[in-house]
Amino acid sequence: MAKITFITSDEETITLEGASGSVMALAVDNGVPGIDGDCGGVCSCATCHVHVAPEDMEKTGSASEIETDMLELDDNADEYSRLCCQIDITDAIDGVVLKVAK
Amino acid sequence: MNKSEFPDPFENERESKGYGEMDDQNDPVTMLLRHKDVRKTAHNYKTFQSGAVPGRIVVPSEVSIRETRQIPFEVDPPVHGIYRGLVEPWFKRPLQPEYQEKLAEQITNIVEEVLQEDSVEVVTDFALKLQSRALTLLLNTPFSESETWISWGTHVFRSEGEALDGDKANILYDYIDAEIERASKNPTGDMYSILLDSEFEGRKLTKEEVKGVMVLTFAGGRDTVINAVTNAIAYLAEHPESLERLRKEPEITGKTVEEMIRYFSPLTQMGRVVTEDTFVCEHAAKADTRVSLCWASANRDAKVFENPNEIVMDRRINPHVGFGFSHHNCLGATHARQIMKILLQTLAEKVGSFKIFDCKENIEDLHHFKRKVGFHSINMKFNPLTK
Ligand code: HEM
Ligand code: FES
Repeated sequence: MAKITFITSDEETITLEGASGSVMALAVDNGVPGIDGDCGGVCSCATCHVHVAPEDMEKTGSASEIETDMLELDDNADEYSRLCCQIDITDAIDGVVLKVAK
Repeated sequence: MNKSEFPDPFENERESKGYGEMDDQNDPVTMLLRHKDVRKTAHNYKTFQSGAVPGRIVVPSEVSIRETRQIPFEVDPPVHGIYRGLVEPWFKRPLQPEYQEKLAEQITNIVEEVLQEDSVEVVTDFALKLQSRALTLLLNTPFSESETWISWGTHVFRSEGEALDGDKANILYDYIDAEIERASKNPTGDMYSILLDSEFEGRKLTKEEVKGVMVLTFAGGRDTVINAVTNAIAYLAEHPESLERLRKEPEITGKTVEEMIRYFSPLTQMGRVVTEDTFVCEHAAKADTRVSLCWASANRDAKVFENPNEIVMDRRINPHVGFGFSHHNCLGATHARQIMKILLQTLAEKVGSFKIFDCKENIEDLHHFKRKVGFHSINMKFNPLTK
């Protein structure tokens, strides 16, 4: 089990627990505002963009090349950006805080 | 076994120089063929604009047959964002469970209908009907309106063999004008009424603006959905193992939809007008000329996609641009994705196999390139699944 905290653009804090699947799927299933997951997690829509808290980057790892290519053109992207459909839920990411980009 | 194969006509040009050229009513187009260039150019709205003379960014150009600006499609940021913000929540309604239930009911009905037939022409008797009926949900109009739209046939904007047909487009324009008048006198909860009541920078949208949104909604979602639906069925007909796989592993359906959109790329390309002298792929692009973003070519770029010419049903990473990229990415994608997903689920549930009798391919003539985009007609038999 991993606890994951989302901070939405309205500064609302939502903490969810998940055991498997992607962080995007967990967020969509629980209606986290700003995470739409339009493409179902194949990295073609960027509607699952989050900023990982700097201190949690070690846990989530940084973005893959496909993600950075996708986000390269997004003015709102930075070195903490991830497409959260590409973050798998495992014990290793327990406690991470993600700021929803949209 | 090759009716559902869609060859990539752009490979040589894409790899050797990155662009292709096509003539179009004396307003030539430089087609961008590489994934990276297509995405970069789609994002750079300042140098490559959508807000040109109405109809000019469409290939073939519609400049001579329409004056209405399609909204938000032919508007650039920042104003684009204001219009888009107005309509986006409406276009996200397909995410609601009630919407999906109604869509599933429509699709179940039409699949059950064709299972009774000895021979079905899929383009007209299945895809057009499905697309038109589903559109009543998106517009929130009475189901009976779909009969009118079906009666227009598959060629609302072009007649067969010819480029663009102004008279045909008028049927749609007159219809939309009449609907806007009706909604302004007797508002309901339909899309026309909602738009007429929307505020844009402190005033209501004008009828011309509402028309611009509605024309786009009809035009953008017609041929694209019809081709996606028909091509998917042709593919499953020739790949019974894939139909079987959808039955056994329903969890991959969403990925299969994305992969089909990539492979079929129902919208081949969309243009932009160059606003200042620049270069694309080391090729000079002069101000006031046109380039196009060739989604279909970008989606076969081997630099991004392994085995680009195969449908890999569970392709995990699939950054395709079938629904466009950046500011103008497809507003109808939520609706289109639900249609495709529910269609694949329903076919897997009810159809055991298909038999194709004959077909007539729809080949787009892009000057040097000929691209198969779908079918003019395809006659098939749907056989029920017997458990
Ligand atoms: C499989 C089906 C579809 C495909 C492949 C598709 C493809 C596309 C593409 C590539 C674009 C980008 C155009 C550009 O960048 O200039 C686009 C935009 C658009 N599409 Fe779709 N489309 C589909 C279905 C639909 C449907 C069903 C609707 C509505 C009923 C629709 C409405 C729109 C609108 C309104 C835009 C313009 C968005 C903007 O400018 O902000 N599309 N579509
Ligand atoms: S859900 Fe589409 S890119 Fe992550």
